[in-house]
Order: sequence, then C-alpha cells, then structure tokens
Amino acid sequence: MLVCINIMNTDFIFLILTGALAGAASGYLGSYMVLKRMSLVGDALSHVALPGMAIALTFSVNPILGALVALFIAILGIWYLEEKSEIYPEALVGIFFTASLAIGILITPEPELLEALFGEIEKVTRTDGILIIAASALIFFVTRAISQKLTVGIISEDLAKSGGINVSKINLTYLLLVGLVIALGVKFLGTLLMGALVIVPAAAAKNISRSIGGFQRLAALAGFASTGLGIILAKMLGFPSGPTVVLVAVLLFIVSYLFKERAY
Amino acid sequence: MKNNNLLSVQGLNVNFNSHKIVDNVSFDVIRDSTLAIIGPNGAGKTVLFRAILGLIPYKGKVTWAPDAKIGYVPQKLFVAKDFPLTVSEFLHFKEKDHKIIHEILNSVGFKDVAASHIHNDVRVLKTKLGALSGGELQRVLIAYALLGKPNVLLFDEPTSGVDVSAEETIYSLIDKLKAEKDLTIIFISHELQVVYKYADSVLCLNKEKICFGPPREVVDKESLTKLYGEDVSLYQHHEH
Repeated sequence: MLVCINIMNTDFIFLILTGALAGAASGYLGSYMVLKRMSLVGDALSHVALPGMAIALTFSVNPILGALVALFIAILGIWYLEEKSEIYPEALVGIFFTASLAIGILITPEPELLEALFGEIEKVTRTDGILIIAASALIFFVTRAISQKLTVGIISEDLAKSGGINVSKINLTYLLLVGLVIALGVKFLGTLLMGALVIVPAAAAKNISRSIGGFQRLAALAGFASTGLGIILAKMLGFPSGPTVVLVAVLLFIVSYLFKERAY
Repeated sequence: MKNNNLLSVQGLNVNFNSHKIVDNVSFDVIRDSTLAIIGPNGAGKTVLFRAILGLIPYKGKVTWAPDAKIGYVPQKLFVAKDFPLTVSEFLHFKEKDHKIIHEILNSVGFKDVAASHIHNDVRVLKTKLGALSGGELQRVLIAYALLGKPNVLLFDEPTSGVDVSAEETIYSLIDKLKAEKDLTIIFISHELQVVYKYADSVLCLNKEKICFGPPREVVDKESLTKLYGEDVSLYQHHEH
C-alpha cells in the first residue's frame, strides 16, 4: 500500500488518466477494425510509426508528430489498396510494415531506440497530455458521427452505396482516426506494441457483446481499464509500461473469452 | 423517357476486364408494375442490377424518373453469427421512431403468432442480425429497404437462402406490399413459375436480352432454349 500511495502524485494521476483516455479511444476505434477483419493490419500498423519518430527525433521535433505523418502515409496506402483491389494484399501490407520497422530501427538514434520501440511513460509531457485529451475528444466525436454509415458499409458495401453512403470517404476518415490514435499511444506503449491496444480490448469486448452499442462501450471501457491498470501495475512492479498494458488487455481478453458462450 | 416509365435502360454494356458480362441490353420499367429478370447462373442478372443501381461502372444510359426512390434488397448478406448488431440497432440506422419500425416489421410478416405478435417482434428486435434464419434475414432486409419509403424495390433473388416452405410467403409478401404501397418492383429470379404468377413483364437475360414483355407472350420454347440450352423441361411452367 505504501508503494501505492507514494507513486500517486498529481503528475502520475494525470499520466494515468491521459493514458487511459488514449486507451479508451483506441478500444472504441478498434471495435470497427475487428469487425472489418483488419485485426492483423491494425496490430502491425504501429510499426510504421518508427521511421517517422526517428526522423522527428533527428530534427528535434515532437516524435508524436513524426509518428503521425508516417502513419497517415501508411493509412493512405492501406485505404488505396482496400478501394482498388478485390483481394486484400495481406503479404504486401506485411512486407511494407516490416520494412518500415527495419528502416526505423536503423535510423533511430541509439539512446532513443528502446524508448521508441517499447514506450517510456516518463517521457510523456504536459503538452503530450493536452494533445491526447483534445485528439481523443475529436476521435469520439467523429467516430460517433460516422458509426452507422461505417457499420452498414461493413455489413454490405452495396447496401451502403445504394443508400447513398460514400463508403470510400467514410473508410478513409475512419482509418485516419486509427492513425491518429496510434500516434497518440506510441509514447506510452511504443511502436512495437501500440497496435495491440487497438485490437485486443476490442476483441475482448466482442466476446461478450450482443449489440453494436454495447460492443463499442465495452471496447472503450476495456481500453481504458487495461491502460489505466497497466500503467499503475508497471509503476508498482517497476516494469516497462507497454508490455504491462498489453498483458492486462490480453488478460481481459482471456476472461471475456471464458464468458463467450453466454452472449449467444 | 416516357412519362409513365420509372426506369429506362438504353444500350447497357458492362465489361469486367475484357469479358462482356452484359451486352447491349435495353428495357423500360413502367410505374407500379412488376418486372422479373430471369436467366441461368452467370447470365449477368446481379451485374445488371448493380449497374442500374450505379454500384459499378457501365456504358449506356440508365435513366430513373426524377421522383424514383430506390429500396434495394441484396441477394445475400454474410453477417457472421458473432457480429454484434441487433435487428433493432440495424433498423434504427434508418428510422428513429419505434412505432414506425413496429409497423414495418408487422407488414413484412413478423406477426405469425397472432396472439403474441408484439412479443414476436420484440424477440426479433433483440436478435443479432447474424443469428436470424434465411427467411427472417430477408424480411428484415425488406423492412430496412421499406424504412427509406421507396417507390421502387429491387430484389436480388428473393428466395436464395430461404427454405421452400418460406419461399411462397416471401413472394406473396412482395405482392401484398406492392398492393399496399404503390410500389414498382424489379426482382431477379431463376424460377419460371413465380415469374408467371407475380410479374407483369419479364426480361430474359443471357448476357444479351433474349426476350422482354409479358411472360405468357414472350417466354416460349425458343427463348427458353436460348436461355438455358436444350434441356429446358426442368424450367417449364408447372401448374399447382
């Protein structure tokens, strides 16, 4: 308990809350990634952030900004492939992600490499926190506005288009938000693991959800809880935050999986 | 386009890569009539539908009347059993008013258990889309299409995925809706007997237009041979 009280200063509480908020936003967005059957893409997408962060670090710019630019470029590529090809070119996407990671590792300055790969929560600044709060609000607002159209588009593109929904515009908006949430989370979880926060809480929520509304709320809650709890646990046990957060999320997934049958 | 036409299609061509899927097809659909599109597998029926809905690129002219409001019921939806979306949520995407949703559900036949029909449609509202039977899903899709208050309904194979006993009721339902709501209906079918029973006109399609007109006038041995090949006995009209 003593440890617990010791670490609870205001800065740390601010960190937990901003982290948990980014977790909630990524769980909420991730719900559609899981429904779109793009889990693997979502999972590995964060690797793309590394070369962007490396370039930003070299020029002493905020690495979140570098991550954001790299992710947006990757998102445009994924969106283009989604629009133009009948069969999703999985191998191509996998190769591109791995190449980004390899290039990123080579060009990231040595002292910052570990931090960029696995996240370093101590390096999250006030400015980052405020950025995370503003961007999370934007993510919740926009996703809510496009959520119905997105869902109909996932069920049947023809049904959506015949109802006047611009499926390709909606998809691009959604994917850009995914890029944004990953950029927000890389400082907490690192480029290797941030993608997991988009997928794992949503996959856990899907196990026990019957309705789309319930699914989204649970996914956001699971993202919030795994990030919040993960950060606290990591601090108490002296572990790095990224792997701890991801393992808490995976634990939630396992528990929800055990309750899966009841949702039918 | 003539005044009483709801849709006019002129010289429609659809190609995939270098393959001709629909070859120079022209036809008109008169307001408040029922048109059946028939043809063998791979004849381009669904492609023709998707072209007139503007879902795929085509060459030629597709002109809808300015007041045409289209409701589309797709052939099949592959909704995974664990896709978390209830019928209620799905229908609420189009209509916020519970009362209207209940009315539409009643009109598409969710009232079979007369004594407890309210319970019946409550049950269906809470069911996941992916857990519905083929017939139920088709009715829900019809309800979804009707919620947009269309004056023309496009059905792609209303009976696919539905067992035989339910088939009759989907067609009689379509017929009933048409009488109630002043609808123009265009449907794709592979069964000649339903075409005779429910359609005012028929378009026989096998890449190109084989015949077009009232079913009893234009469907004959020659057009059937062109459609299905020599072995046409299977497709001939049985009287019930």
